[in-house]
Amino acid sequence: MKDLNPKEPAIELVDVNKWFGDFHVLKDINLSVGTGEKVVICGPSGSGKSTVVRCINRLETHQNGIIRVDGVELTNDPKSVHDIRADVGMVFQQFNLFPHLSVLDNLMLGPMKARGLSRKEAEKTARLYLERVKIPEQADKRPGQLSGGQQQRVAIARSLCMEPKVMLFDEPTSALDPEMISEVLDVMVELALEGMTMIVVTHEMGFARKVADNMVFMDAGEIVEQGPPDQFFGAPESERCRRFLSQILQH
Amino acid sequence: MKRVAASFLLLLTLAGCSSSTAWGWYVIDPRTSSGWINIKFLVSGMASTIQISLIAASISIMLGLIVVLPGLSSRWWLRILSRIYVEFIRSIPLLPMLFWVFYGLPLIFKAMGLDIPVDPFWGAIITLAISDSAFTAEIYRAGIQSIAKGQTEAARTIGLSYAQTMRYVILPQAVRLILPPLANQFIYIVKMSAFASVIGMQELTRRANELVVSEYRPLEIYSLLIVEYLVLVLIISAGVRWLERRMSTSEHS
Repeated sequence: MKDLNPKEPAIELVDVNKWFGDFHVLKDINLSVGTGEKVVICGPSGSGKSTVVRCINRLETHQNGIIRVDGVELTNDPKSVHDIRADVGMVFQQFNLFPHLSVLDNLMLGPMKARGLSRKEAEKTARLYLERVKIPEQADKRPGQLSGGQQQRVAIARSLCMEPKVMLFDEPTSALDPEMISEVLDVMVELALEGMTMIVVTHEMGFARKVADNMVFMDAGEIVEQGPPDQFFGAPESERCRRFLSQILQH
Repeated sequence: MKRVAASFLLLLTLAGCSSSTAWGWYVIDPRTSSGWINIKFLVSGMASTIQISLIAASISIMLGLIVVLPGLSSRWWLRILSRIYVEFIRSIPLLPMLFWVFYGLPLIFKAMGLDIPVDPFWGAIITLAISDSAFTAEIYRAGIQSIAKGQTEAARTIGLSYAQTMRYVILPQAVRLILPPLANQFIYIVKMSAFASVIGMQELTRRANELVVSEYRPLEIYSLLIVEYLVLVLIISAGVRWLERRMSTSEHS
């Protein structure tokens, strides 16, 4: 769908290591995500899965190893960081909408200020994506007047307005009431079907089975196991992964 | 015990009112022509007090922002620079600083080959603004840091630069938290502007001092002076409350 170089993976992590002080949060992470591929990362809390996605758009810096996004290596050069951020959309667990702006203004801010679009163009794009996440009627409300599920869909639309090549989701449904989870997942499934390259940190295994091309299980800062969903859910190789899956799937 | 003291004070006041020799309210009695002239003289200092306070507060609000932004930077030397400014300025009492600016600064200008006179008006404004900027900077810092980190992160992921993140995301939200302490600080400036009287600025306190010297009625004249400041501060408070209300309604609409 997007014009990524087909020979290069959209995202590539090679021997990435990261420490928070003395704490080794990421240990030799190797991960390759092809264009249009959907990767779901799961694992117990504190396993480093959020840190992986946060490193990919440089909200966190890694200490060694290589991260490439669309063939461009992430360095401390501010220009490269800025380019990457504009190409990589991110959806947070806590939505992080701007409470002082209307839904429409939340969506238009990035395109107007970072991309230099006119107000008219930005509004057209914004309304288009609000339609896509099925809440066009909420355009003039403030985020605080919406339900959690609606807020998260606005957050997804806000990222999409930047027309990113890759979307990162950091536990997008973990802060939602159970009855609102499916409306957000539906939007994400649709996005996946349209061919968006996605990395999703989630414990929603139903969603993972439906869309994932590749499952990744992380524990204690390492990628313990990865593979296609059938194999991953059917016959996990490692004991840790088996135990984790049995814990979250028993309900 | 308290009651006894209170009734004693009340008695003293009543006694004072009845004996015409102890009190000299006539100096500010609007019914007499000399009293009316005195009142007009005292109140005419209001314009200067308001001008000095308003200009100093405006400069301080901008200067505080210029001081705080490097203080929030990820570069340590910028943070140190901002910290030094705040600690240094905050520790200088207003009066010595006023003397330094009024009597000392012209010499520095002269040594630099600049012919810039420092009159009482601008001397007072510069002093008040610089002295206050350390406090406004701290107020900004508290306000900005109380906005959740997620807001900055979200702004960064949609490609906004640091300046744009501040301008469009953080500051508009921080303003709500910053406004009440900033108003407090403005009231402080209005009161501190009284120090300008010692370098000859014709503001409220200076006028009162001059009248006291000629009339020798300190109690009555300074009482009126206090009422003048009280009225000014009450007007500011009402203005701030109006502003806060307006901002909270625009939040919910």
